[in-house]
Amino acid sequence: MWRDTVLVAGKDLRIEARSRVALSQVVPFGIVALALFAFALGPDRAPMAKAAPGLFWVAVLFTTVLAVQRSVSVESGDGARDGLRLSGLDPAGQFLGKLLSVGAQLVALEVVLTAGVVLLYGARIEAWWMIVASCLLGTLGLAAAGVLYGALSAGLRVKETILPFLLLPVVTPVLLAGTRIWQAALAGGTPSYGSPWFHLLIAFDAVYLALGVVVYGPIQESA
Amino acid sequence: MAPAAPPTSALSLRNVVALSGRFPLLAGVDLEVAVGETVLVEGPNGAGKTSLLRVAAGLVPIASGHLSVLGLDPERYRTTVRRRVGLLAHASHLYDDLTVRENIRFAVRAAGADTARIDGACDRLGLVGRLLRTPAAKLSAGQRRRVALAVLVARAPELWLLDEPHAGLDAGARRLLNELIAEANAAGATVVVASHEPELVAELASRSITVTGGRVTAERTFGPTGAEAPGAAGLGTVATDAPAPDAPAPDAPAPDAVALRAAPVPPPDGGIAHVA
Amino acid sequence: MTTTAAATSATTPTAGPFPPGLVQSPRMIWTTRIIGIAAAVTVALTVWLGLWVTPPDKVQGDLVRLVYIHPGVAWVALYLAFGLAAVSSLLYLWPRTRSLFWDRLAAAAVEVGVVFNVCTLISGSIWGRPTWGVWWAWDARLTLTAVLLILFLGYLTLRRVPAEPDVRAKRCAYAALFAAVDIPLVHFSVVWWKTLHQGATVLNANLSPSIHGSMAWTLLLGFVALTLVFVWMLLVRYRIGALEDYLGTGELEVALLERRSEGADGLAAAGAADVTAPDVTAPAPAATATAEVAR
Repeated sequence: MWRDTVLVAGKDLRIEARSRVALSQVVPFGIVALALFAFALGPDRAPMAKAAPGLFWVAVLFTTVLAVQRSVSVESGDGARDGLRLSGLDPAGQFLGKLLSVGAQLVALEVVLTAGVVLLYGARIEAWWMIVASCLLGTLGLAAAGVLYGALSAGLRVKETILPFLLLPVVTPVLLAGTRIWQAALAGGTPSYGSPWFHLLIAFDAVYLALGVVVYGPIQESA
Repeated sequence: MAPAAPPTSALSLRNVVALSGRFPLLAGVDLEVAVGETVLVEGPNGAGKTSLLRVAAGLVPIASGHLSVLGLDPERYRTTVRRRVGLLAHASHLYDDLTVRENIRFAVRAAGADTARIDGACDRLGLVGRLLRTPAAKLSAGQRRRVALAVLVARAPELWLLDEPHAGLDAGARRLLNELIAEANAAGATVVVASHEPELVAELASRSITVTGGRVTAERTFGPTGAEAPGAAGLGTVATDAPAPDAPAPDAPAPDAVALRAAPVPPPDGGIAHVA
Repeated sequence: MTTTAAATSATTPTAGPFPPGLVQSPRMIWTTRIIGIAAAVTVALTVWLGLWVTPPDKVQGDLVRLVYIHPGVAWVALYLAFGLAAVSSLLYLWPRTRSLFWDRLAAAAVEVGVVFNVCTLISGSIWGRPTWGVWWAWDARLTLTAVLLILFLGYLTLRRVPAEPDVRAKRCAYAALFAAVDIPLVHFSVVWWKTLHQGATVLNANLSPSIHGSMAWTLLLGFVALTLVFVWMLLVRYRIGALEDYLGTGELEVALLERRSEGADGLAAAGAADVTAPDVTAPAPAATATAEVAR
């Protein structure tokens, strides 16, 4: 399974390196979202700084939808989805591989958006480790749920429009937890308020990781 | 873990029905292919040749009947079976952004095969030099087919399923393809070829079956001298000329009509006997 | 071809827990009617007790009468409908119990659940207006109900995508599974969202009054009444779904025959013949098919 994980992740990341879609389209979308929020709330930076945690995570969520769509569309050409089924790759490995590749893109996005939030909104971060931990754990959950729903909608003609509608409500816990942890980590926050939320993120990640490893194969076969 | 005993039968179908929704792709196929055989599958368009190959590759689940590929149940031992079976389909399953070499490497490693054979396979199929570094998106259809063949040769699966492999290839490539099939045969692999042009494969195949209406309706074996002999085993008449269109029909309906009357009120929740 | 070919009539893997043909049986029709009547009676009783017989609350006044419906619809939407949909979907996915019965039951439960869910939100909002001063204050339970509604709607959207019954069933069952494991997580996150935060005072006025005496009995009756309404709607919706699927069943045998009789010219020789949708009541599909064959 792990060998296949590395194979699939490597394949997806190599395709990304070749086509640079994440770099040129997915990550910039996150920045566009930040700008739109600024236009909506500004020009005074105070409300933006106050809302920064939420705005950050909402931008991440919307961009996740794009990243998942991209991950699904890598296989949409020339029967490549059948090709993956025929390839003899372990489905659990395929799930983890795609998760790693989507997750890597999301982490890159979050680095950029964190910088954006600090620079553009004037957010002041105190507990950096909480920011990093919440981003990593949140990304894991978002990628897991995203890849799962991507697989579910991969064969549908309406997949572009149905994926956001299915995925975004499900990742509400990540949004709530991430936002709360960020609030606790910013200047004026109390770090200890973050701890139950970490437990929630870990639970979310565990559930969707376990689900993905088990049902990704059957979903591929039935789509 | 899959059982380790070497299979005696490469492909075994007994009364297999495969559905696409409500449409029967295969309507009761009986077929036995022994290890090392080369079998040609003929039949008109839409008869079920591609479906037969896809079922054998494990892409399409069967609704009823018994299917075993290389001695294993393809639904239970999915990954194992897929690694040992190679399907050459109409689509070439390539990633447009990756180069030829990267595509082949990925497919070979995915199947768990030895990457040392890749160079030899590429040379054999004339994929050298700059072509190896070309992204798949820029290839012509014939070149894509050659890449898919290279993957097959490098993977060296035990069962080769080729769906109209000669279509779109020039004469040189066709010769090469026949050589590859002969080599695979010599190496002990089992080859099943679906083709509209039986004369191309006839000298390689030991047997030919005809698929019409989702079933195997005729069979002929090729003797050592290459001459044909009509098939036996009650599979129907030799279909060299098109039979009267309702010739098969009068035979089938009576027992089926009895079966239908005997069946109870349509039970959507009713069971089927899926013998695996 | 021998008559043992009858075994190949194929639509679903297992028979499900109830005998086939149950949906149209007189027993089922009468059961549905009786449950419907019981539901109507208990609802009427609840309305009478709730609006006239029981006293108004000291604090909330007449507003408290919503307690006879709001917790009831909430219980049905959040636990009964959702739980049934989740369990049915799991049973569909589990190979040994796979049967389109569970898929149809899950779909019916979700559809009826949407109705109750909306009622929960509306009744909660009406209750909240005088209590909180606003139509919506992101109360933990109502927010959870709203998220569940969106997940339900997602399921129904997936269901609308045209597909064969078994493909659609699998897809929706997986979606239900993903949503089912999500709901406990959403529940905790929403509750903590309201209660664990850094000290801002929030309007936390609770919707729940204290219940005693005749109010308690009426509340209980309300639960029973609404549960009966749910069961009745579920049965009706399930039967509609099953009848829709029945319309297509007899076609498989016909399709197999047509397929087999395709001549060497590749065209379906018998395909030109019109196969009318078989009458749903019993032996008609077989009769139609044999008529086709005899032609």
